[in-house]
Amino acid sequence: MSETQEWTTVIKPKDKLLAVDLKELWRYRDLFTLFVKRNITTQYKQTILGPAWFVVQPILTVFMYMVVFGGIAGIGTDGIPQPLFYLAGTCFWHYFSDCLDKTSNTFVSNAGLFGKVYFPRLVTPLSNVTSNLLRFGIQMGLFIVVYLIYAIQGDCPASPNWYLLLFPFLVMMIAGLALGFGLLITSMTTKYRDLSILFSFLVSLWMYATPIVYPLSMVKGKVAAGMDLYTIMRLNPVTPVLETFKYGALGAGEFIGWGWLLYSLAFLCALLFLGVLVFNKTQKSFMDTV
Amino acid sequence: MATAIEFNHVSKQYRLGLVSTRTLSNDLKRWWVTSIMGKEDPFLKIGSTNDRSKKADSEYVWALKDIDFKVERGDVVGIIGKNGAGKSTLLKLLSKVTGPTTGTIKARGRIGSLLEVGTGFHPEMTGRENIYLNGAILGMTKTEISRKLDEIIDFSGCERYIDTPVKRYSSGMTVRLGFAVAAFLEPEILVVDEVLAVGDAEFQKKAIGKMKDVSSGEGRTVLFVSHNMASIRQLCRSGILLENGLVTYTGTATDTVAHYLSGFGDTMCYHADITMEHREFANTTREIELLTVSMTNDGDDYATNQPLDFYVRMYKHKNNIESATLEIMFNNSSCDRLGSYISGPIDLKDVQGEFTVHVRIVDHHLAKGTYSVCFQIGQKDIHSGLKDYDIVHNVLFFSVAYSDQIKKDTIVLWRKNWGSTVFQGDCEVISDRRNRNLV
Repeated sequence: MSETQEWTTVIKPKDKLLAVDLKELWRYRDLFTLFVKRNITTQYKQTILGPAWFVVQPILTVFMYMVVFGGIAGIGTDGIPQPLFYLAGTCFWHYFSDCLDKTSNTFVSNAGLFGKVYFPRLVTPLSNVTSNLLRFGIQMGLFIVVYLIYAIQGDCPASPNWYLLLFPFLVMMIAGLALGFGLLITSMTTKYRDLSILFSFLVSLWMYATPIVYPLSMVKGKVAAGMDLYTIMRLNPVTPVLETFKYGALGAGEFIGWGWLLYSLAFLCALLFLGVLVFNKTQKSFMDTV
Repeated sequence: MATAIEFNHVSKQYRLGLVSTRTLSNDLKRWWVTSIMGKEDPFLKIGSTNDRSKKADSEYVWALKDIDFKVERGDVVGIIGKNGAGKSTLLKLLSKVTGPTTGTIKARGRIGSLLEVGTGFHPEMTGRENIYLNGAILGMTKTEISRKLDEIIDFSGCERYIDTPVKRYSSGMTVRLGFAVAAFLEPEILVVDEVLAVGDAEFQKKAIGKMKDVSSGEGRTVLFVSHNMASIRQLCRSGILLENGLVTYTGTATDTVAHYLSGFGDTMCYHADITMEHREFANTTREIELLTVSMTNDGDDYATNQPLDFYVRMYKHKNNIESATLEIMFNNSSCDRLGSYISGPIDLKDVQGEFTVHVRIVDHHLAKGTYSVCFQIGQKDIHSGLKDYDIVHNVLFFSVAYSDQIKKDTIVLWRKNWGSTVFQGDCEVISDRRNRNLV
C-alpha cells in the first residue's frame, strides 16, 4: 500500500455549506429500505386492531367534522357529499402532519442512536416519510370505497376529471413540503427545545388555515384585517396542492390555476434546499447540543 | 507501512452545564464577531483543560486539546486513561458521531465503530431482522449481510432464538448478537469501546480471538479503548495514554500500560511549596494565600491507625478577615474524591500576614493504597456565605499500609458506607512570632 493512496475519510470542523454527500446517501439505500420496513412492521405490534387504526382514525375524524363543521356551524362543502369532502382533505392533511411531526423530531427521538453510530442522518426522515405512505395509501383506499358507495347509489354530484392524473405528483409535493419544514424545525429544536412547543402548536393551527373543513370558494371576497383572505389562503403552499386534488378527484370548486401550483412547487424546492442545508450543518454538532 | 489514521491538531470543546437561555445570546455574539466583524471566535479562546474532579473556572472545557498522532495500517492501538480523559470523545470524533472543534482527522478505508453493541436493535423485531437492521446501520449492504448471515448467527450462538423478538432475549444474548454483527462488519478501521466488559467468559474469549484475527490475519487497523489493562496488553501492539484531554504518552502497549499504572503517586510527596501549577482556578481571590503544605512523615507508609499531621502555611492579605475554614480533601488513586476534613471557623483576628495551621486527623480510616491531598481555604459559614480564597489540587501524595494488628484482624476500614466521608480531626493556629515580626 503506497503513501500516495488518497485519504478516504477527512473529518474537518466545518464543511462547505453545500457539502451534502448524496453519494454516501445512496450507499446507505439498504438502510433506508430496512428503516421503512421497521417502521411499518413495528408500528402496530401488540395492538388489538393493528392496521385497522389506519381506517378508524379518519372515519372518526370525518364523523366529528360532519357534526361540528357541517352540522353545527353549517359550513358548505361545494355541493359535494360531506364524508367525501372531509375525507379527501383529512387524508392529505394527516399524511402531511404525520410526516412533519416525525421529521421535526428526527434529532430528539433518535439521539440515542445518532450518538453512537454514524450514518447519513437524512436516511431517517426520508424513511419516515416513505413508510407513512402505507398509512396514506390505506386511507386513500377508504376514500375510494366511500366514493364508490356514493357512485353506485347514483345521483352523486362529485365526479373525477383529468386533473386527477396529477395525483402522484401532488403526493410527492405534500411529502416534500412536510420534509422541508420538518428538517428546518428539527434543526432548530435540538438547541432551543422550547421551539418544538411553539411549532407543534402552530402546526395544529395551520390546519385551519388550509381548506380542509371548508371549501376555498367560501373565502373568496372575504377580507380580514384589511387583507384579501383569498390571496393569503393561496399563499399557504399546502393549499394549491390540496385544492388541485379535491378538484381532480371530486370536481369540487374550480381549478386553482397552474400559476399557484407552480408557486407551491417553487416554494417546495427552496424550502427543501434550505432544509437539507440546515439539517446537514446541524447533524455535525447536534450531539453536543441535544 | 502506510498511515491508516492521522490526527492533526484535533481539539474538541464542550460547554459545561445545561443549555440555558444564554446560548442564544452567545450564539448571536459569536455570529456577530465571526461573521460580521471577521474576527476569531471569542469562545474558542476561553476554556480550561478537562479535569472532571476540579471545579471549572470557565463555562467551556476542552475535552480534547491538540491531539496529534498517526496510526500505521494493521496496528492495534490501545487507548487508555482515567474516566473523562477524553477516550470516548476521541473515538466519537473518529466515527463521525460528532465533529471536532478544530483540526482534521484523516483516515484510509471504511471506519466501523463498535461504540455500543446492539445499537438500533428494535425490541419488537426478531433476531434475524435485527441483524439486517443493525448491519445496515453499521454501513453494510443487504447482500453483504445475507452472505454472512449464517456465520453471524453461528458466532452469536443464538440460533435457537433467531426468529424470536429481541425483547425476549436476555441482556447477554442481545450483546452477543450485537457483537456478532459488528465482528463481521469487516471495516478497514475498527473502533472498539469497552465492549468486552459484557458477556460471559466464553464469549469474551471468542470476541478477543475475533479481534486478534481481524488485526493480525486481515491486516486491519483497530483502535481499542478499555480500562482492562490485561486485555490492552494482550490485544494491542501500541498504546496511547490520554490525560485530561491531552496525549501524554505514546509507545508500545506494554510501556503505555506501565506508564499509566505508575503515573499516580509513584513518588510520595510530603511537602510542597504552592505554585500556580497547583492552582486550577486563577479566579480565586487569594485574600488568604496557601504558601506551603506539608505532613509529618518518618519516611515510611502510614499505618491504618496512625494519625495524620498536616501543616498548612498561609498568608493573610486582607486584615479584615476574622475567620476562615480550612478543608482538606482526600482522593484515591483514580482521582475519585473519598472525603474531606472540614475545620470549624479558624479564628484569625489576631493573625497578620503569615500563619500556620496544624491539623491532626486522628483516625483516618483509609484502606491500604495511595492517596492524594487537596487543600482549600475559604468561608463556609452561613453568615458570610461561601467563598473560596485559595484551592490547590493533588499537592501531597502518601501511602497507607496495614499495620500488623489490622492485618490479623479483618475489620471494615470504612466507617459508614463506601461513599464520601467526613474525616474527624483537630485544628489549631500555631503562632509564628518570627514571621510576624518580619512582616
